Amino acid sequence: MSARRLDAGGRIDRTCPVSFRWDGLTYHGFNGDTLASALMANGQTVLGRSFKYHRPRGIMSAGVEESGAIVSVGAGARQEPNVKATMQELYDGLEARGQNAWPNVHFDLGAVNGLFGRFFSAGFYYKTFMGLPPFEWGRGTGLWMQYEKLIRKAAGMGAASRDADPDAYDHTHAFCDILVVGSGPAGLNAALTAAEAGRDVMLVEQDFELGGDYLNDPAAEAERAEMVAAVGRAGVRILTRTTAFGLYDCGVAGLVERVTDHLAAPDPHLPRQRFWTVRASATVLATGALERSVAFAGNDRPGVMTASAARSYLNRFGILPGQRVVIATTNDSAYGVAADLAAAGGEVTLADARDEVTSAPAGVAMRPGLAPLSTVGRRGVQGVRLATRSGNGWSQAAHEECDLLLVSGGWSPVVNLSSHRGAKPIWNGDLACFLAGPTDEPIHMAGSADGVWNREDCAASGVAAARRAMGEVVEAPAPGGWVRPIQPVYEVRLPGTKAKAFVDPQHDVIGDDVRLAHQEGFVSVEHLKRYTTLGMATDQGKMGNVIGLALMAEALGREVPAVGTTRFRPPYTPVAIGALAGRNVAGHFKPLRRTPLHDWNLRHGATMTEAGLWQRTWYFARAGETITEAYIREAATVRQTVGVCDVSSLGKIAVQGPDAAEFLNRVYTNAFAKLPIGKARYGIMLRDDGIVMDDGTTWRLGEADFLMTTTTTNAGRVMVWLEELLQTRWPYLRVHVTSVTDRWAGVSVAGPKARETIAACLELGTDISTEALPFMGVAPVTLKGGVKGLIARISFSGEQAYELYVPADQGEEMMDLLWPATEKLGGCLYGLEALGALRIEKGHVTGAELDGRMTIDDAGLGKMASSKKPYIGAALRQRPELTRADRPRLVGIFPKDRSQTFNGGALLCAKGRVSGFGEGWVTAVTHSPALGHWIGLGYIAGGHEAWAGKSVTAADPVRRGNVEVEIVSPHMFDPEGVRMHG
Amino acid sequence: MLRIACPFCGTRDHSEFSYGGDGSVTYPALDAPMQDWHDAVFLRDNICGRQVETWQHVHGCRMWLMVERDTMTHEIFSVRPAHPGLAGALEAAE
Ligand SMILES: [Zn+2]
Repeated sequence: MSARRLDAGGRIDRTCPVSFRWDGLTYHGFNGDTLASALMANGQTVLGRSFKYHRPRGIMSAGVEESGAIVSVGAGARQEPNVKATMQELYDGLEARGQNAWPNVHFDLGAVNGLFGRFFSAGFYYKTFMGLPPFEWGRGTGLWMQYEKLIRKAAGMGAASRDADPDAYDHTHAFCDILVVGSGPAGLNAALTAAEAGRDVMLVEQDFELGGDYLNDPAAEAERAEMVAAVGRAGVRILTRTTAFGLYDCGVAGLVERVTDHLAAPDPHLPRQRFWTVRASATVLATGALERSVAFAGNDRPGVMTASAARSYLNRFGILPGQRVVIATTNDSAYGVAADLAAAGGEVTLADARDEVTSAPAGVAMRPGLAPLSTVGRRGVQGVRLATRSGNGWSQAAHEECDLLLVSGGWSPVVNLSSHRGAKPIWNGDLACFLAGPTDEPIHMAGSADGVWNREDCAASGVAAARRAMGEVVEAPAPGGWVRPIQPVYEVRLPGTKAKAFVDPQHDVIGDDVRLAHQEGFVSVEHLKRYTTLGMATDQGKMGNVIGLALMAEALGREVPAVGTTRFRPPYTPVAIGALAGRNVAGHFKPLRRTPLHDWNLRHGATMTEAGLWQRTWYFARAGETITEAYIREAATVRQTVGVCDVSSLGKIAVQGPDAAEFLNRVYTNAFAKLPIGKARYGIMLRDDGIVMDDGTTWRLGEADFLMTTTTTNAGRVMVWLEELLQTRWPYLRVHVTSVTDRWAGVSVAGPKARETIAACLELGTDISTEALPFMGVAPVTLKGGVKGLIARISFSGEQAYELYVPADQGEEMMDLLWPATEKLGGCLYGLEALGALRIEKGHVTGAELDGRMTIDDAGLGKMASSKKPYIGAALRQRPELTRADRPRLVGIFPKDRSQTFNGGALLCAKGRVSGFGEGWVTAVTHSPALGHWIGLGYIAGGHEAWAGKSVTAADPVRRGNVEVEIVSPHMFDPEGVRMHG
Repeated sequence: MLRIACPFCGTRDHSEFSYGGDGSVTYPALDAPMQDWHDAVFLRDNICGRQVETWQHVHGCRMWLMVERDTMTHEIFSVRPAHPGLAGALEAAE
């Protein structure tokens, strides 16, 4: 290829030179260039190496379908692999490299793969490494794992940066009446027609300029400029550098706008890309058509490209891409290309696979009845052998020297977006292409995306599509438009020969792979695709799918429609993960919930931990303390004196109304109907299927006024559940539920001196003695200074304990009273870790034990299930499988050697029988200050009675190994609850 | 990207809603036999086409809705409050 930049012509700005770096060297191009056109103008022909065979590859197209010039752009954390050079706008300082090659694209050691090509034929992986059935663990799998890394290194795409993405991405939403995708003659006319009729129109173009095919024809520039100005005047919202990558339900289109990818020094306040969710009442797809190649030996050699690409480089970028040009066509579209190239000074030979030729463009040598058989040359094409039809096959007929071979095997309308909506493309034999299938959705095809080839017809097609989108019934121009019909040619080869005739150059799939798949019994196109990986590269087979299908059809002795086509799926072109994530990264990945006491806790030395969305206090380390030392001290202090713990994150739901008691009586397994005012009760609620959903205490504040508490984790779920029951099942119950979690700041004050601590903070004369406020008693209280709140005597720690709630914005006032009183009595602040230790000692369950699989009996709480009243889950908890004697039961666990510890998550196995899933598992482990050694909770078949005196192994092969343990009652400390009631 | 016309809030993206389940199920009385509960909880038709399902406008008005939807095309035919009293009141207001 001896491409050279012409002195005039094209849409580039020769007054605005741009310098860029390619493989470490500096080159120059112009504003308006793509990376591909700039490299071509600089005489760069080998731009990358292919996926499997490491064959040198150059520019094959001028657009989104590019399979050869796939490069890496950017440096450091911004390195992006697999960028199509044909789509990358040139800017000053752009840095790009060839990929899949070491040390570089010109001298690639990996090219040796080419010599062992047979190892990479279709199904190579499956056959070699999965000799045993795939997915079965065995010899083949082991071998696979050994070689996989090597093969991935040899055959692969470029490498992404391992660093965090430094750029920002935005998500944005938009609505419109009519979304027009594509701004060629059809798209511009569609947008203008709809906008002039008063519709709100969005026009989306993936290129950096509006115009589509207009851009490749200088004679049409006046028309293009007029249309672009008109759509602007008509108020069309225009997005360039924006790809509609997918269509979804209800008229939703996903767009990616490349905001700064073309800028040398982007405004740091701009996002790199913007991810649009557009909701359109109707969509016009004027997405154009892609020219496809023909499979023949060496059709991937640099210097072989589509015919239309040459026209684009000539007319848009001012480059004569070759001096001696052979064009091999099957249809009329290449004639205009031939004429333009000849007029620009190229020596053009036009080989037409069709026998009858009516008129040759001026200065073009015609070679009718010939098709490309193979290319000659090493790193660039130097000649082409042409073949003529002989019987059912081909025979060699001629040789032409050339430095550029252009191929037109026909055109494939871009029906991808329509296919996203499930409209199955339909084969049109006359035009040798798939057209969009019918759909009931308001999606309208226009222009060459609908198989309309002439520009005037495309314009009319755009107008018609817009009018249909507005509800009119109009005739659209029929597909077609060439003077003479296409003569479909998909592959040219001499009978009985083997050659690398590429069907899918991006994935290095050749014609022989397709035939091999057929020989091995594959008949379904979906299987063919997976076996050969045809169309599974980043381009989703934009160039190769039709050829592959045609070859499969030939092998099967069928027509293309009988073989079918695969369904296209979003995205049309790759979308950066960062664009999908948008701003939802790092601290914004999920909502952050802080309790009203968060700042107060931090000021008092708290280390925080995540509990779902919540930040909760984990432990309050004193100078030099580790977490373990801190929580053991905190838990011990609670047992000895008093501790204060922020429990504001507990779910709180106001359950109010005349039928509230009846409602709770149905929701909880135990009785709530007769709960007196001023009392709290611990309750367990089940799901319909009899499995435990959540637990917590509910306080009766008045005749029709309850305050339900839930676990922190399940607060949202329980709220949804109560709303569902009230709205869908029992709409006649007069109950209202309100989430009041954020309304209250709450603490647990626990320990033998809890009452004394709180009493010191209450208004003088407040009586919270056991007589006035017995165990499970609830009362309104007023703190010193006048803050009003609620107090309940309930205990999770097993100590004498109270929960004290005040309005959220008065939480710090409460703490400023409580903390001095606590300190004075030798108490401490404690966090989740100590809370865990205290509750494990007591055998109190939490989310680790109530994990959505356990019954109330499994958790040892069967006595909480009433036999006197029905409740949700009452029927199905009696299912035979849920009442088996060998169900897992909650147990306590001691290490046999009390100096040892063991891990949460370990499997409990009978000693000597460590295998499979074991007999149970460990849910929680802590060091118990009360008992002086490590303890745990867990489940084991049959419960602790069944394992009394038996040896059990806590097996954790990947971490701690096996530890001998004893199974004990889950109530490991103060089983009678003397301390709690005291 | 379904869009659901909430009778209280207007048409909203489905990401504001959470799916409930089969809206045609009548749950038995709490003291009904286990078999009735088994059938109501576990037996579901796998409908290809129109079905009634419950959705909650969880990031909106939090109302539970009965949505009649085509499981193949996602076309939504009707949306009404699951609470019969509210549904009746809305109908009467129309
Ligand atoms: Zn709503």
